[in-house]
Amino acid sequence: MSRLLVGPFNRVEGDLDIALEVENNRVTSAKVNSTLYRGFEQILIGKRAIDALVYTPRICGICSISQSIACARALADLSNIAITANGERSHNLLLANESLTDLLTHFYLFFMPDFARDIYREKSWYDATKKRFKAVEGEATKTVLPARAKFLHVMGVMAGRWPHTLCIQPGGSSKAISRHERLRLLATLADFRSFLENTLFGDNLDNINAIQSISDFEHWINQEDYTQSDLRWFMHLSRDLELSTFGRTDSQLLSYGNFTEDKASLIKRGIWTPANGLQNLPLDKITEDISHSWMDGDAKKALHPTVGATDVSLQSSEKPDAYSWCKAPRLDGDVFETGALARAVISGNPLFNELIHSQGANVNTRVIARLLELAKIVPEMQRWATELDITEPYCNNKPMLADGQGVGLTEAARGSLGHWIEVKDNHISRYQIIAPTTWNFSPRDIDNKPGALEKSLEGAPVQNGEKDPVSVQHIVRSFDPCMVCTVH
Amino acid sequence: MANLLWLQSGGCGGCTMSLLNAENPDLMSTLKNAGINLLWHPSLSEETGAEVRDILEKIIDGTLTLDILCVEGALLRGPHGTGRYHIFGGTGIPMIDWVEQLSKKANYTLAIGSCAAFGGVTTASDNITDATGLQFEGELRGGLLGSEFTSQKAMPVINVAGCPVHPDWVTETLMSLVIDNPSEEDFDEFTRPRLYTDQLVHHGCTRNEYYEYKASAEQPGELGCMMEHMGCLGTQAHADCNTRLWNGQGSCTRAGYACINCTAPEFEEPRHSFTETPKIAGIPVGLPTDMPKAWFVALASLSKAATPERLKHNARSEQLIYPPTLHKKNKS
Repeated sequence: MSRLLVGPFNRVEGDLDIALEVENNRVTSAKVNSTLYRGFEQILIGKRAIDALVYTPRICGICSISQSIACARALADLSNIAITANGERSHNLLLANESLTDLLTHFYLFFMPDFARDIYREKSWYDATKKRFKAVEGEATKTVLPARAKFLHVMGVMAGRWPHTLCIQPGGSSKAISRHERLRLLATLADFRSFLENTLFGDNLDNINAIQSISDFEHWINQEDYTQSDLRWFMHLSRDLELSTFGRTDSQLLSYGNFTEDKASLIKRGIWTPANGLQNLPLDKITEDISHSWMDGDAKKALHPTVGATDVSLQSSEKPDAYSWCKAPRLDGDVFETGALARAVISGNPLFNELIHSQGANVNTRVIARLLELAKIVPEMQRWATELDITEPYCNNKPMLADGQGVGLTEAARGSLGHWIEVKDNHISRYQIIAPTTWNFSPRDIDNKPGALEKSLEGAPVQNGEKDPVSVQHIVRSFDPCMVCTVH
Repeated sequence: MANLLWLQSGGCGGCTMSLLNAENPDLMSTLKNAGINLLWHPSLSEETGAEVRDILEKIIDGTLTLDILCVEGALLRGPHGTGRYHIFGGTGIPMIDWVEQLSKKANYTLAIGSCAAFGGVTTASDNITDATGLQFEGELRGGLLGSEFTSQKAMPVINVAGCPVHPDWVTETLMSLVIDNPSEEDFDEFTRPRLYTDQLVHHGCTRNEYYEYKASAEQPGELGCMMEHMGCLGTQAHADCNTRLWNGQGSCTRAGYACINCTAPEFEEPRHSFTETPKIAGIPVGLPTDMPKAWFVALASLSKAATPERLKHNARSEQLIYPPTLHKKNKS
């Protein structure tokens, strides 16, 4: 057996290292270390409840809107504030703008460049892939960066800037959209749709959204050469490298649901397990275990976030058996994976229902889910923007209550994000956050059960002499990790 | 080509995300055109793990020239000076030690964002992680590298402050280092580039007519001036947000919320709620920069008395109610 310490990992939105044990060219065990601790849950205690809207987006510059929305929802829940219909449309548009930007950035800038690595130089697709996807200098970057920046003009209009806006309020948005701004939004969204249709999909979004089964999808892929669109390109590489055999977890999936409209949500809330299929999400069964985290507290007692705490010290940084600043979230004691794949399966998408049954959660299915979510949500954005009503209010400014508890749940690009707040005399007395990558990249728990990434790395192939195994690179990035959120 | 290395520590990654919003031209083209070679950036480069450690070691042993070191995020000294709140992944060494070593080799060292410049949000409340900026701890000179620190080109740390930074603040500062060989006069007292801090957020604010007549917003979303009640610091905040604009056409005040002066040290602890204006006897405590208090009070009461009805009503509304009156040359 040999040991490898892999890091610093890049293109993971923060810092990360992973300790691997390798035997017979396979990873046998992985320990995932989130190396940065900032302490937002401690910073927030004692602050005015309303000021959480300033601090929480700054947990994460990648999921900034998602953090704002989780916070605003927690405050709305606490004070029983109903959001306006325009406010709901604004929140949906802003969330979608941030999440889709992330899905795009992740694919082109963070995930695909690993296929342009020298290790693949013997592959028939190598030269073309290197030319298109190489980090920093690839052709794709030259078109994706301007398209990404233009798409984020939605933020310029609706949020003032991105990241870190203060427009998101419990009762809606502080930015009422005027007649001309609504039209400007529609122009921006149509332009982004064209970009996706020309570059990522090579087909119009209606055709992509009509794919209902694996055979539909195979048929669509085979219609054109792989270089015709970047989705086909990925599928070509994925088939050749058998990415569906990489990065398998137990396929236990979690989604908080997203994009609410009049209390219904477009992306459904729930859990999915191979044993029992789709089920309701028992929110009261969420706990955070700290047995392998550099945290003070009772290692034997995993706590629900409404009673949870986050305490660190010099002593806790030397805790035996601990190896990460990340806590270990569990649902009824079980490990769950969250992200675009979970959202697609839990929302009942027929293609993903087939895929999860035939392949489970792996590198291939995670990436497909992310790309097809882009196709699904852009037309919804166009609809929400069309429905913005300049004759109706944007913000319900009902005052906040001085005392109470609230929970705010949403889906960031990489998965389920929850904020739990407790307020006494207008000031925060407890604030607990469980971020998506906290779920996916959690360390072991008291039963020594590995987190989702740790599990998915078991069995990863390691070639002779590899210091930073390329399979590990693919698997880690297939989760679209956001390390700054993870520990916060 | 000038070699640039980018490191991230106690921050949110938002300054990099903002930097990727650079337009006309995009970020990669801007850097290339300026003759800047990205040695390594944690979000953008191919190199990972051992390849990165190799780059860092070559810089430290002098075989690779480091022209520009950019640090994003606060520097975490805790617990008890160990730096364990951020051990740089795969290296076993605290990030503060890497930054100290590498900054000695760099021709210029830049703090990107208010965290790296002054400590920022991570220092709020009790500053549990003992976070600091590179050469400032809040308004005090010192920080991780100490007040005497100068880079190889005899410059203190350049603080491209903001939470987050505007992409152009970074790209223009980088360009000026390569093209202009700037001196200390090009920077303000907090060593922020004057190319964006010689202006106030107030300049170009679309609410200026409301400000002139003290027609004020009282709730989020209303169109009026946000200085009197909503905590807006635009008349004191040094940045060109309302003339440069963000993400094509935005700014904080244009989206209906207060400027919280995020380019300034200690913005994270206003000592009152961010979105309420502290007042003494009904007069805001923080007055516009360079404005004598007595004049402000006199002019404010005068202009309040003269507020047109149009502004009075629009100020308290989310959407424009009354457009300005049309002046015709020929009155019938």
